[in-house]
Amino acid sequence: MNIDEIKNDFPLLKNRNIAYLDSGATTQKPKQVIDAIKDFYENFNANPHRGAYSLSMEATEKYEDTRSKIAKFINTRHSHEIIFTKNASEALNLIAYSYGMENAKNEDKIVLSIMEHHSNLVPWQKVSKVTGAKLEYMYINKDFEISDEEIESKITDNTKIVAITHVSNVLGTINDVKKIIKYAHKKGAVVVLDASQSIPHMKIDVQDLDCDFLVFSGHKMLAPLGIGVLYGKKEILNKMTPFLMGGDMIEYVYEQETTFAPLPNKFEAGTQNVEGVIGLGSAIDYIEKIGYDKIQEIENEVVFYAIEELKKLDFIDLYLTPNLNNHSSVISFNIKGVHPHDVASILDSEGVCVRSRKPLCTATFKIYGNRFNM
Amino acid sequence: MEDLNNIYNELIMEHSMNSYNKKKLGKADLCDIGHNPNCGDEITLEVKMNGNVIEDMAFSGHGCAISQASTSIMIDTLKGKTIEEAKEIIKTFISMIKREDVKEEDLEKLEDAIAFKNVANMPARVKCALLAWHTLEDMLPSEK
Repeated sequence: MNIDEIKNDFPLLKNRNIAYLDSGATTQKPKQVIDAIKDFYENFNANPHRGAYSLSMEATEKYEDTRSKIAKFINTRHSHEIIFTKNASEALNLIAYSYGMENAKNEDKIVLSIMEHHSNLVPWQKVSKVTGAKLEYMYINKDFEISDEEIESKITDNTKIVAITHVSNVLGTINDVKKIIKYAHKKGAVVVLDASQSIPHMKIDVQDLDCDFLVFSGHKMLAPLGIGVLYGKKEILNKMTPFLMGGDMIEYVYEQETTFAPLPNKFEAGTQNVEGVIGLGSAIDYIEKIGYDKIQEIENEVVFYAIEELKKLDFIDLYLTPNLNNHSSVISFNIKGVHPHDVASILDSEGVCVRSRKPLCTATFKIYGNRFNM
Repeated sequence: MEDLNNIYNELIMEHSMNSYNKKKLGKADLCDIGHNPNCGDEITLEVKMNGNVIEDMAFSGHGCAISQASTSIMIDTLKGKTIEEAKEIIKTFISMIKREDVKEEDLEKLEDAIAFKNVANMPARVKCALLAWHTLEDMLPSEK
């Protein structure tokens, strides 16, 4: 498949004459994902796990088959280690409340990196305030990377939780998370990995990484809005108390007491976003059809080209690591003397969609972006 | 592009680059911070009252060209007005930006602030233009 064929798969890019460079915020959706959702509603819609009739059974089957597909996609040992959530933020809140609140103590430390998205920062502030555990940050060096010294000075014997992003949504830095996880385990800490910005671009293998938790959002990887995934090691998830209470997460309900369903239902209260799950399954099929190698080849081509071209402009400041092997499809930049929101508006008037967030403008790339977009 | 060219005009650029209203008042009767969490813009408004009249106003802080200019031009427009007059003008400005029906005679009272009319066609910038106006609206005491 070449880039023009891929671009053709995205109806919005055919309907709107724009250069969409905000895929880090949310990606556009291929036709097959949109069709899969339509197909679900037209042929399979029923509440999974509820009815004893064949339509509900088929809906359940589609829902649970997708869970297995995701488990295989990120190589978990068990499919019930996959929990569906609303997005990465909800998954991180689940971990913060059900694991953090109950395990972090006054004398403990929670270690984050300074490049965390708010979703992997604010919930830990809450845990810190409630439990008294101290929040510490691993800072970046001049190359926008976290050095070994920084890792080893911050993750210490009293560190209980390390929460870190795999790829920075602003700098594009790919963190050496395998090294961080190994070191954190040596110190007895549990590691929460935010894969929201990495899984759209690279193969994730949770057994190889050996992270204890991993989260991502579907909508950043070609799937619909409103569906996210939490992976957790079975032994840890089993010991945790439920985050949200309600229907379908119970075993027996008495007037004063309830016993809870086993994994994964224990963490999936209420009717779930089934269309989102179906859409996510279809997005994974699409990614696997193209393959991560090809995705990276296409994205790197345009990102490296963009970096080279932007470097030629003396009125632009770039914020990225010089080690381009450790860099993903994000370019943050500033136009000297112009506020990012003004830059974004002016680019928008030319049909270019970038993210403005003080103090930077950020352009993020996906397989459907080509050199012409630059 | 036309809306944008209309917005980034001379008047607005002048007010956003080096506004004479961007300073600290020696002594202020009212002071508050307006914050737009989406883009991080933050302005501090200071107001000096003389009885019921806004005698002087100034701002500090940081933000995009539209929010800075809108703040500065608001100060020009509302200085010397009574609280009631100011509130009416603020209401008119907000209605204009939100594309609600506004009478021609009310629009005239906006003076230079009418330059932001086209922001109504740029949903992504509405919050920038309104930041100072909402902040001041909340700061002014309600009628006794």
